[in-house]
Amino acid sequence: MLARDRLLTTIVTAAIALIAILALFPLFSLMLSSLRPSSELMRNGITLSVPFDQLNLNNYTYIFTEAGNYWSWYMNSIMISAATIILCLFFSSMVGYALAVYDFKGNRFIFILVLLILMVPFEILMLPLYQLMIGLQMIDTYLAVILPMMVAPIAVFFFRQYASGLPKDLMESARMDGCTEYGIFFRIMAPLMLPSFAAMAILQGLSSWNNFLWPLVVLRSNTMFTLPVGLATLLTPYGNNYDILIAGSVMTILPVVILFLFFQRYFIEGLTVGGVKG
Amino acid sequence: MIERAASSTESRRSKWSVKDFFLSKKVVPYVFVSPFIISFLLLFLYPLISGVVMSFQTILPGQTTFIGMSNYERIFNPTFFKALSNTTVYVILTTVILTILPMVLATMLNSKFVRFSNIFRASLFIPALTSTIVAGVVFRLMFGESESSLANTVVGFFGVEPLEWKFGAATGMFLMVLLCTWKWLGVNILYFMAGLANVPKELYEAAEMDGAGILNKFRHITLPMLKPITVYVVTITIIAGFRMYEESYVFWPEGSPGNIGLTIVGYIYQQGFRMNDLGFGAAIGVVLMLIIFIISILQLSLSGALKKGE
Repeated sequence: MLARDRLLTTIVTAAIALIAILALFPLFSLMLSSLRPSSELMRNGITLSVPFDQLNLNNYTYIFTEAGNYWSWYMNSIMISAATIILCLFFSSMVGYALAVYDFKGNRFIFILVLLILMVPFEILMLPLYQLMIGLQMIDTYLAVILPMMVAPIAVFFFRQYASGLPKDLMESARMDGCTEYGIFFRIMAPLMLPSFAAMAILQGLSSWNNFLWPLVVLRSNTMFTLPVGLATLLTPYGNNYDILIAGSVMTILPVVILFLFFQRYFIEGLTVGGVKG
Repeated sequence: MIERAASSTESRRSKWSVKDFFLSKKVVPYVFVSPFIISFLLLFLYPLISGVVMSFQTILPGQTTFIGMSNYERIFNPTFFKALSNTTVYVILTTVILTILPMVLATMLNSKFVRFSNIFRASLFIPALTSTIVAGVVFRLMFGESESSLANTVVGFFGVEPLEWKFGAATGMFLMVLLCTWKWLGVNILYFMAGLANVPKELYEAAEMDGAGILNKFRHITLPMLKPITVYVVTITIIAGFRMYEESYVFWPEGSPGNIGLTIVGYIYQQGFRMNDLGFGAAIGVVLMLIIFIISILQLSLSGALKKGE
């Protein structure tokens, strides 16, 4: 029995290890490719044999010295993600909290609307939203990218779940002390919701960082592009921009992976929100 | 502190009533939910309605004309059916793969037969952090046309001639499904692991006493207990599949040969933005909305959620 268990453990562990290696392999090859001369990479693509003698940091030197608009894209991505996180967390937490703690007319109706929006894909609203952005003269601005992400139904849903687990008697005693309802939220309850803020900051930050289609639609000038949109412009069949494309891709993923290594728990919580039924 | 607040408000009696309004118990909840109401009206309901209206129009700068049903009459053309069939095949493949594979892997990771399960779980999750565009860059390079590309070297081991991956219908679909599977496998594993954590251990112990083997336990305990989470994973995978665009864009930014990679959202983008035919694009959007609506209803009734009134 024991020998059989040991054999099974070896087989199962080996199988999972193989799949984990396959999962990490593309990212590993991306890093390795970023060290290869772009002309050679362009010619051969990613190959099984690695030209170790040709590896160098030239692509990175290039990207840090004269990389066209790459750093504008980076800056835009940082600004848009940061603004999305702050605004979306602020608004969504207010809404989710109110839906959880207050009994008011329309509460249930609003919650149903939240679930409804959750089910309607953004892509369907894309054309009319684009028209709206033209009307508001917001095309080619950060605001056009951020506005539709400002109140995220998934975040409202998550904050509502989280806030319904908070102790209500704390609110009562704060009221007795003359604290306003806003004070109760901002000074007492919101700090208690901190773990949920972390998970949602990661979810919203990541989806904003990696968002592609909407920024592609509303951003026009190359200097306003975000990283995914900017990098996608380099996907030409001629490969004349492979140096920026590959090293730039690594630099796009790197901060996210580093954050993941430190805040794994919140990443996992944030990215699997919908599965938490309660 | 309270007294001071009270006296200061009394001294500014004119402002007091407005403040009082916003502080009243009745109004406070509505202030809290107002961001949602505004964004619902402006960024959801309004575009939804105007999308339907647009689908009956031709829209040119400064000139909008109602043209009745003609956008819808134009929709049912070979290109649309190509996009629809591509998307449907993609949805079916990704749903089957991204349900069965993560379920099996989660069961393995959850069993006592695996070492270092946390490290594996984290490694499998990391692809979900990457943008599809960036991931697509690597996949393009791995699946190059040249004889020496990684993918062609690998298939060469099995005696297959070098393939032109991005230029064939089957291999093109394979690339999109592979990219999606690679990216979302780890997330779906986590869903199933969360589902497995809710299965009572006693069930397995009881089954073991009855002499049930591993496969029997999986079939008679694990599978039925995972039903709710499976329904959820299937739902999100189907909906994500119908929304798919990036996986196609990254392989064919300028459009695919013979439309082998065209998806419904890709068709909306092509017609609405590239061809500047906003009305027609909106009509495709309405059709997509109907498709997703029907699937959602089917899903809800199959899972019994409608009966319970959830």
